[in-house]
Amino acid sequence: MKSWCQTFMKHCILRDQLFNTSKLNLSRRLVFGRYSSTNRDPSDNSGDRKVRKDLSEYPTERIRNFSIIAHVDHGKSTLADRLLEITGTIPKDDKNKQVLDKLQVERERGITVKAQTASLLYNYKEEEYLLNLVDTPGHVDFNYEVARSLSACQGVILLVDANQGVQAQTVANFYLAFEKDLTIIPVLNKIDLPGAQPDVVIQQIKSLFDIEDKDIFRISAKHGTGVEELLKTVIEQIPPPSGSRENIMRTLMIDSAYNQFRGVIALMSVIDGSLKRGDKITSIHSTKVYEVQDVGYMHPDEVPTDALYAGQVGYVLCNIRDSKEAQLGDTYFTPGTKVEALPGFKSSKPMVFGGIYPSDQSEFHNLKLAIEKLTLNDPSVAVHTDNSPVLGQGFRLGYLGLLHMDVFSQRLEQEYNANVISTIPNVPYKVKVHGVKNIKKYGSEVVTILNPIHLPNESIIVEMLEPMVEGKLLFPDDYLGQIMDLVMQSRGEILDQKYIDNKRLLAKVKLPLNEILVDFFDMMKSVTSGYGSFDYEDAGYEVSNLVKLDFLLNSRPVEELSLICHRSRARTIATRVCEKLKDAIPPQLFLISVQGAVGSKILCREDIKPYRKDVLAKCYGGDQSRKNKLLKKQAEGKKQMRKIGRVEIPKDAFVKILRR
Amino acid sequence: MSELLLNGIFLKKLFQWPYCKRRCPYCNYNKYICKEVDEERMKKCLIQELETLVHKSCVENITTLFFGGGTPSLASPNTINSVIEKAKSVGNLTSSAEITIEVNPTEIEAKKLKEFKDAGINRMSIGLQSLNLRDLIFLGRDHSVEDGLRCLSEARSLLPGQVSVDIMFGRPNQTMAQWVEELEQLLSVCDNHISLYQLTVERGTELYKQVKSDKVLLPSNNEMANLYKCAVKLLEGRGFEHYEVSNYAKDACYSHHNLTYWTGGDYIGIGPGAHGRLTVKDNGKYIREARTQTLEPYNWMYAVEKYGHGTTRSVKQGIYDRCVETLSSSLRTKWGISHPNWRKVNPIGLSKLFGSSDTINLLQSSDLLILDKRGLRATEKGLIVLDSLLVELVSVLHESLNK
Repeated sequence: MKSWCQTFMKHCILRDQLFNTSKLNLSRRLVFGRYSSTNRDPSDNSGDRKVRKDLSEYPTERIRNFSIIAHVDHGKSTLADRLLEITGTIPKDDKNKQVLDKLQVERERGITVKAQTASLLYNYKEEEYLLNLVDTPGHVDFNYEVARSLSACQGVILLVDANQGVQAQTVANFYLAFEKDLTIIPVLNKIDLPGAQPDVVIQQIKSLFDIEDKDIFRISAKHGTGVEELLKTVIEQIPPPSGSRENIMRTLMIDSAYNQFRGVIALMSVIDGSLKRGDKITSIHSTKVYEVQDVGYMHPDEVPTDALYAGQVGYVLCNIRDSKEAQLGDTYFTPGTKVEALPGFKSSKPMVFGGIYPSDQSEFHNLKLAIEKLTLNDPSVAVHTDNSPVLGQGFRLGYLGLLHMDVFSQRLEQEYNANVISTIPNVPYKVKVHGVKNIKKYGSEVVTILNPIHLPNESIIVEMLEPMVEGKLLFPDDYLGQIMDLVMQSRGEILDQKYIDNKRLLAKVKLPLNEILVDFFDMMKSVTSGYGSFDYEDAGYEVSNLVKLDFLLNSRPVEELSLICHRSRARTIATRVCEKLKDAIPPQLFLISVQGAVGSKILCREDIKPYRKDVLAKCYGGDQSRKNKLLKKQAEGKKQMRKIGRVEIPKDAFVKILRR
Repeated sequence: MSELLLNGIFLKKLFQWPYCKRRCPYCNYNKYICKEVDEERMKKCLIQELETLVHKSCVENITTLFFGGGTPSLASPNTINSVIEKAKSVGNLTSSAEITIEVNPTEIEAKKLKEFKDAGINRMSIGLQSLNLRDLIFLGRDHSVEDGLRCLSEARSLLPGQVSVDIMFGRPNQTMAQWVEELEQLLSVCDNHISLYQLTVERGTELYKQVKSDKVLLPSNNEMANLYKCAVKLLEGRGFEHYEVSNYAKDACYSHHNLTYWTGGDYIGIGPGAHGRLTVKDNGKYIREARTQTLEPYNWMYAVEKYGHGTTRSVKQGIYDRCVETLSSSLRTKWGISHPNWRKVNPIGLSKLFGSSDTINLLQSSDLLILDKRGLRATEKGLIVLDSLLVELVSVLHESLNK
């Protein structure tokens, strides 16, 4: 439900990130399309509720559940618009066309997201069909969400821009749908554009996905060319959902949003049976019992109905007040019945961790409130409180991926005006320890390490593991050399590569997640002059030669700067951080040595020379008061400095090193 | 420069003459460029404020008098004389008191030197600034090198042994060779007191803008340190005692006015924008106040005529404030602060406050600071990094006082 706008937002950010377009104002982009458009009065009670549609007249045979999957900017939203118009979900006349055009401009500028529907009614061969268009988030970080959304579908429209051709994300999306055995309708969009190269793109699709030319649709979503035929094909080719009204009720939660008056608004896909207002339901994950207060379908706003039946998708309100209870992918059922969990549920697993601290400790409480509010609508963010001797109280947040992290921290800053310090992200490492006592101490043989401070003593470590990703890189073959270098530099390997047309290469690569955390995307874009695309997914853990890198000031370690890295990287990182430290720590009365070390081995050293002169030979006459005030402030500020031995490190210096 | 000061054994006094002929690009002092000054009114007000503040304070004797600026040498000798006479009558200014005036060495003013001496001035501080014409122009001075030298020599013949010169370093593109040459030349003509100031970039000045916009390139910190160290070495080699961060004296001809200042004595500031530290009696208790006078001359005169003084701000100084001020001013001298002088400010002694601190011990063992039976002082090495030292000291002080 929220995902239409959220996805759009993610798209925009992805576009910003990957295509270096200007940064759009995220907060303005985040108009909560659907719910704002309904303008529902919070005091609206169910007594006023008017049932406008009886969905029981749509048996599963006349239901189709499908998604549009596409790379960013390949025209998913535009196609959705056309589908809405053709099915009369939103009216189409001259006046409306203008409105739509305007909306489109708005959308392109990222100002707002227009109300989107999930359910379309379409008359085909004298019969009315209920077509549920299930939205999918558009980025790799949300792969799991895409997979979950797809589990409510029987088919997908695979949309490819005839200009840009297949991108890494197209490939990833294709495989997601393919693995789920969904019907795939390949569609070439933007065929009207002068730069379109349908032949090349068709060749790409053919070589990558083994799809024949004749099966590929050619449309222009912008002008509506070929869209109606596409809609008919959806009905003809995508099979109806397989569930039955006669079975025991089973429902999959595919998305949720939070409204402070109404609680969790869940988007549910009813697999079997039916879900009525007043029904008691429970879920496998939360085990709590809820009463259904409202059900309905999205057309494009919420339309209340008596019930949702097998195969249908709609919204459900059942007074879930804690959004953590509303786990996406969870199976809901009637209490007392025995059902099997539907595939798709998996606690979201944070891949990337980053610290968020208030710039000013007095803002901690506000930051906490802001994070709580944001996580209501994004429960996939794992929140741990954290305490750093220099940055103070803050949070360590776990994200599904890098983009997710960016989206979240930008929303924090822009929507909640939170002035935060975001620290360099890191990944969770795993350490295998030996000895019964140690295993008991750490609770298990394999310990997950988020903070290098908690790394067990080297002597009890059997091996260390780091998270890996499997990535797809798509790029013109001119850049093969650069891409190979980049992958090598990132400690990765190319597992496989093949031409998808006579120009473009698809390379399957394996990389340590840690290596793509900071600037891999940018580097990839840069070495391919912007023509490359990259997508990745979790590929588990692998044994790795990891070390703990410490930083020492006058031979004393600065705990909060320690980090875990690959042995081959240690010297480079140590040198870089030492140089940064040298610049960030102001000279003091004594010589300060800055060293990077692994164990007792010093890898690099920088010296901060003491002041040669630090006294103002100023003439007299000016009032001393101001100078004394400054002096007092400096002296009191000293107390807030982190002291390593006799070296004082201002907070700013830490922020410079730790900040992303 | 800009100030008018009076000064005593318990008190020194600073007179502020707020007018200048032109605005120097580096100066952020309170000064006004005004063609027609109602000097008679100004004089009356200075005298009036002097009388009021002396009575308010617990001063018994005024020991030194300092006319600063603005450009006090623009004032007429008659005005100067009236102030001196008033200081004698209301503040028991002794005949041996040091009475200094800051002199801007333009041709016109040089002629006045004799009249100033006749008016009671017995020490002159010549604002030479540089012996390099290009730099004088850059600094916006309206005297030439020759004007400066002539003025200096005239002052020396009038008041031998009682003339100080101000010179500025850290000028744009200043090289070590030029600096040494300039200092050599200065040494051949100067008297027995030199004030050596670093050109500092103050917010709100023309120079600030120029430096910010990279139109003017000042020596780097490192070069600045070299210029400073070189001057210290050179002047000391010629018998000039480096007795304060920016002051050098031969034959113990210190600026007594400034010594009071540096050792935490009281001083009254008279004139627009002047400021002082004075002890007043309030309900039978002695309280030290930091007073600031109204900035703008007309408003100041109006206030003086109406209330007898132009104080706009008077802040009571607590023990901590006074300790910080004492440390930050007295440690600038080679003698630092003595135990008795410290106890005037704070009954808890230096040893008790600082003696057991690890930081202080470290600073001592690093040859930056000395705490002994004489008192607390920075070493020659410590003096060069005094600003950092002070932060350490104030930090320790703050901790000790809060224990």
